[in-house]
Amino acid sequence: MSNIKYILGHFEDPDDLMHGIDKLQEGNVSIYDVYTPMPIHGIEDKLGIRRSRLGRVAFCFGITGTVTAISMIWYMLVYDWPMNIGGKPHFAFPDFVPIMFELTVLFCAFGMVGTYFFVNHLAPGRAPRVMDLRATNDRFVVAIDAKENPYHDKIDNILKEAGAVEVKHNERKYVSYE
Amino acid sequence: MSSHHESILREPLVTGENITYSKVTEDILVPVENKPNKAWWIGFIVSAIGAGLWVFAVSWTFWFGVGEWGLNKTVGWAWDITGFVWWVGIGHAGTLISAVLLLFRQNWRNSINRSAEAMTIFAVICAATYIISHMGRPWMFYWALPLPNQFGSLWVNFNSPLVWDVFAISTYFSVSLVFWYTGLLPDIATIRDRATGLRRRIYSILSFGWNGSVKTWQRFELVSLILAGVSTPLVLSVHTIVSMDFATSLVPGWHTTIFPPYFVAGAIFSGFAMVQTLLLVTRKVMNFENYITMFHIESMNKIIILTGSIVGVAYLTELFIAWYSGAEYEQYAFLNRVSGPYWWAYWTMMTCNVFTPQIFWIKKIRTSVAWSWILSIVVNIGMWFERFVIIVTSLHRDYLPSSWVMFYPSWVDVCVFIGSIGLFFTLFLLFLRVLPAIAMAEVKLLLKSSSDQAKRKLIREGSVDKGEADYYLGSLEKYDSISPRKVEYEKV
Repeated sequence: MSNIKYILGHFEDPDDLMHGIDKLQEGNVSIYDVYTPMPIHGIEDKLGIRRSRLGRVAFCFGITGTVTAISMIWYMLVYDWPMNIGGKPHFAFPDFVPIMFELTVLFCAFGMVGTYFFVNHLAPGRAPRVMDLRATNDRFVVAIDAKENPYHDKIDNILKEAGAVEVKHNERKYVSYE
Repeated sequence: MSSHHESILREPLVTGENITYSKVTEDILVPVENKPNKAWWIGFIVSAIGAGLWVFAVSWTFWFGVGEWGLNKTVGWAWDITGFVWWVGIGHAGTLISAVLLLFRQNWRNSINRSAEAMTIFAVICAATYIISHMGRPWMFYWALPLPNQFGSLWVNFNSPLVWDVFAISTYFSVSLVFWYTGLLPDIATIRDRATGLRRRIYSILSFGWNGSVKTWQRFELVSLILAGVSTPLVLSVHTIVSMDFATSLVPGWHTTIFPPYFVAGAIFSGFAMVQTLLLVTRKVMNFENYITMFHIESMNKIIILTGSIVGVAYLTELFIAWYSGAEYEQYAFLNRVSGPYWWAYWTMMTCNVFTPQIFWIKKIRTSVAWSWILSIVVNIGMWFERFVIIVTSLHRDYLPSSWVMFYPSWVDVCVFIGSIGLFFTLFLLFLRVLPAIAMAEVKLLLKSSSDQAKRKLIREGSVDKGEADYYLGSLEKYDSISPRKVEYEKV
């Protein structure tokens, strides 16, 4: 058994990459992940990746913000220290709307982005787990787990026929620890 | 597929020949990966002197108090709040470009959103410093937050627009910062993977470990879309609330329901003018002509005519309603604006905001870099005067004629204002130096569909209608980044 861990197919063009993914899937090669310098639309369907649920997360955080704002204002202005302002009602709802809105947006944005960072393991100082340094620049890289997929020559051929400009056999998973 | 073909009739968003993905990276990272040029240093030194002046003038204000400003008993708000509203307004264009244009799928935003958002953040910093300094005892600024009674007062009054403003501005600033930084992550990762040594370590920390995998991008796009969705009403709410600081008072000239839409239009107007001021210079100095094209400049000028005209209609409506209301104080306030001792400020505002931007109806002028730049400065001046007119002319002659006075700024007022411009440019120039001024990943998205190169290829392949191809080549005339001789050749 060779000690190759990952096979990387480099494409120069997103359309070639999509073509390559099709070919690999036809050849029953499982794809570990794809690294690209920009978002590729439609690739999730191809790889069978589920729709992100971050929208629901954002909604929940937003509602939390709304509820926080209205309860805070109610507690401070209506319950804890009601002030007589010209005999007007203490619970002056229309006046509370702006801050309810602002806190909804604030909680929604921070909650959603925080969740995004958390689920994708993005944090300041985290070692970048990059398989190829050009994947953030101009190469569209398909990574194939070499242990799970035997017949490496066959995979190389599929990639080259699909238009890969370079095929790499990496013995280490990530290059960025060097 | 990743690249759908766009109609040939649409003008290109990226020009230049032999543009590849790596060339986009190379071009945009020139200022980040190399030593800055002379133009940058000159700009930076001048701005840094301005920022130094700001530090001095603000420290002076903190030490001796707001009595050092030209304020008096009658005019309690003047250059401070003028400066605050001016800066907040300027910030609005950044969010408009990054959020509203994203929701409308305006792809031309892709190459200007990064620097416009940076501008928003720096403008809001300038605005916030005015708010802190005008408090008189700035170390007590946290009293504006809802803190318990033990701090010596009641809870803050949530019925007051000034409290709404605290929430609005701080939410606006922090959400804009998050939006901007999340968008920066993939580009910081690009710099990281090209750098070596210490630079790589620094950008590695800043990149949060971005790797560009499928799932990261998928979620990234959703996060951007939702952030755009919540930022759009946010940006409208911010200037609405700023306008309510005035509109909910009983001062003639302030107490009007037209203020929220009028302020928001004015904010977008001044913000786009500032984007023009900055980007026209940036594209020249940093050689970004292929990415920030004449189409971008013209589109922004069109928004300037639109919002400038809305502001013009608002000015006229205010005059009409003052007359039509029959309220004598309201009528006097506007008569005093137009023909009182501050008539020159009013007419400067009218000229700069309403009359001069109208010459953008002429195509030659709105596609000229020099004219666009000059008019953007004119608009900025006009919008400063708008806020000055609203604030000072309404206050200086109130209900009690025995208290009528004029406002004269002190040297501290002037230094804080000039200094805040210095601070703004210092921050912007530093940004250009350390972070990519154009969102590389987003520009790469346009390469296969909206670039001049891709469209010419279609024409050469003969896959488009001859008439449409000629129309397209004709629309390239205005581009200063495409040589006309090449276009002629293609036509034949």
